[in-house]
Amino acid sequence: MSAAIVDPGPVPAPGTGPRDTAVRRRAVALRPGAWLVWAVVGFFLINLFGVIATVVLDSFGRTWFAGWLPKGYTGSNYSDAWHEFSLGQVMTVTFELSFLVVGISLVLGVPAAYALARRDFPGKKAVMLLFVLPILVPPIAYGIPLATVLYKFHLAGSLTGVVLANLVPSVPFVVYTMTPFIEQVDPRLEAAARMCGAPTRAVLARIIAPLLLPGMLAAGILVLVRTFGMFELTFLTAGPTSQTLVVSLFSAVFSAGIRSAQSVDAMAVVYTGSMLVLLVVALRFVNPTQLVARTRD
Amino acid sequence: MSTLTGTPAPAAAPAPDRTALRHRLAERGVDRTLLLLLPGLVAVIALFLYPFIYGLGLSFQPQGANAGHGVFASYRAFFSDRFARGSIGTTFDLALPAALLNVGFAVPISYRMRAQFRGKRLLLTILVVPITLGTVLTAEGILEYFGPVGWFNSTLEWLHLTDGPVTLVDNYWGVLLSLIISGFPFAFLLTHSYLSGIHPSLEKAAATLGAGWWQRFRHVTFPLLLPGLLTTFCLTFVLAFTVFPSAMMVGDPDGRTHVISIEAYEQALQKFNYSQGCAIAMVMTALMFAVIGVAMALRSRLYTGSTGGKG
Repeated sequence: MSAAIVDPGPVPAPGTGPRDTAVRRRAVALRPGAWLVWAVVGFFLINLFGVIATVVLDSFGRTWFAGWLPKGYTGSNYSDAWHEFSLGQVMTVTFELSFLVVGISLVLGVPAAYALARRDFPGKKAVMLLFVLPILVPPIAYGIPLATVLYKFHLAGSLTGVVLANLVPSVPFVVYTMTPFIEQVDPRLEAAARMCGAPTRAVLARIIAPLLLPGMLAAGILVLVRTFGMFELTFLTAGPTSQTLVVSLFSAVFSAGIRSAQSVDAMAVVYTGSMLVLLVVALRFVNPTQLVARTRD
Repeated sequence: MSTLTGTPAPAAAPAPDRTALRHRLAERGVDRTLLLLLPGLVAVIALFLYPFIYGLGLSFQPQGANAGHGVFASYRAFFSDRFARGSIGTTFDLALPAALLNVGFAVPISYRMRAQFRGKRLLLTILVVPITLGTVLTAEGILEYFGPVGWFNSTLEWLHLTDGPVTLVDNYWGVLLSLIISGFPFAFLLTHSYLSGIHPSLEKAAATLGAGWWQRFRHVTFPLLLPGLLTTFCLTFVLAFTVFPSAMMVGDPDGRTHVISIEAYEQALQKFNYSQGCAIAMVMTALMFAVIGVAMALRSRLYTGSTGGKG
């Protein structure tokens, strides 16, 4: 597996000493190790492409039992899927849920992030730990006790229950995304505003909020993407009328046989399409490496 | 925890004659700003901590057939059933190779990707796609692409590499594939961001001292990267350890890929034995923390100071 590192033993190491980047880059491209690495990346990307492309092609195909391509193309799978899985209702629920979770988790998370970024108080470590646990502990592990509690309070199966369950990872996520943003805002700006006689409300509305808006936007979009794709928590707490797109996709695949594979695929494409739109929007505001790296410490 | 929720209270209701206390608290950072913490804290306590403790308590109150056999009956029922107990081994069999493969591939590839080249941002963007696809769509794609008549097997047969189709779905390999497809980009992006935090001048310094390619990697970059790699390993391991939808869809949920999360789900929400479901969830959490604990103990023995980079 680490063949790429071990492999280029006999090759002499170029680029010793300060050279300009052009020379170094060409030297890198010549190494067999580099070719091997790019081959692995290429193989991965080809298979990834295949995985996505088969679903997309199949969703437009009439029948596709064997061979390279489906026999004939049609758009009727989409209308079938729309009626069969009542996608209109499912989409409404999905977007209601996502935006509710984004709104509530921003309202709860941003003030907490502000307090954590600005104050050093006894017990701060414990609070930080409490906020990191829902991110660390996998959804399925706390989802089962949470579902049990929600059933006890007769909240499971309703949209309220699903929103509550999805808040668990979202609020800490907002806290952890926002804390570095707030730390970057110089506290002397607030002090200066207060010196000029601004009341707390004005400091919040005219100094902090505008400066934090990009951060809040980024955090909100990341929460939106995560909630949209969150399977476990929604699956454990949703009822028939509060299923999101990903959960009803799962049920459709798992109970396949009574439905045509094509309409299931059509639903999968609708899901991917919405996800991609969200992703493109998200990437306009967030650097891809931050998408995963920001959550840690 | 009690100190946390308790501390803002004196600052919240300041009496005029207790300004001294208020000032002393403010000096230690306790003032009205901390009230901002309350809504978020209440939400996490009510929705995460309380259910977790409730579940822990419930796991000691056996239900159904286990009732009346002592407080540990739910745990005993899980560990005495060979099939249920075996789900622990099954989960490790899947999660360990998946996490090791993902991290193992991520290192050379991100090492190669440090240089600036055209289309780097595009490549990074493409690699984010599988993270957002989610496990359900990935599983659906794997079923069709790696299936007996899918493109993958068709290509193999066309190249005369195999006689018959290779079975890659509805078994162990399907789940492993889905774990790699959704886990590798995650591991790669993390490793990439760690690696770009190590300043290139360190390697250049080693190069001026005559260190070869392998020596520079082995003795300069790798030791600085190792703490980050252990964190990456933990995160990918947790993702793989709690595999649920793909184990159901592309795996063999009643046999070879009967992972612990499926066992917990079936007990809690299909057999409605909440007590045993919670017990299994607790076992799962404990196992996960044990692995993370080992990795973090290793990590604490390593150098984790400045890497001269942006971090």
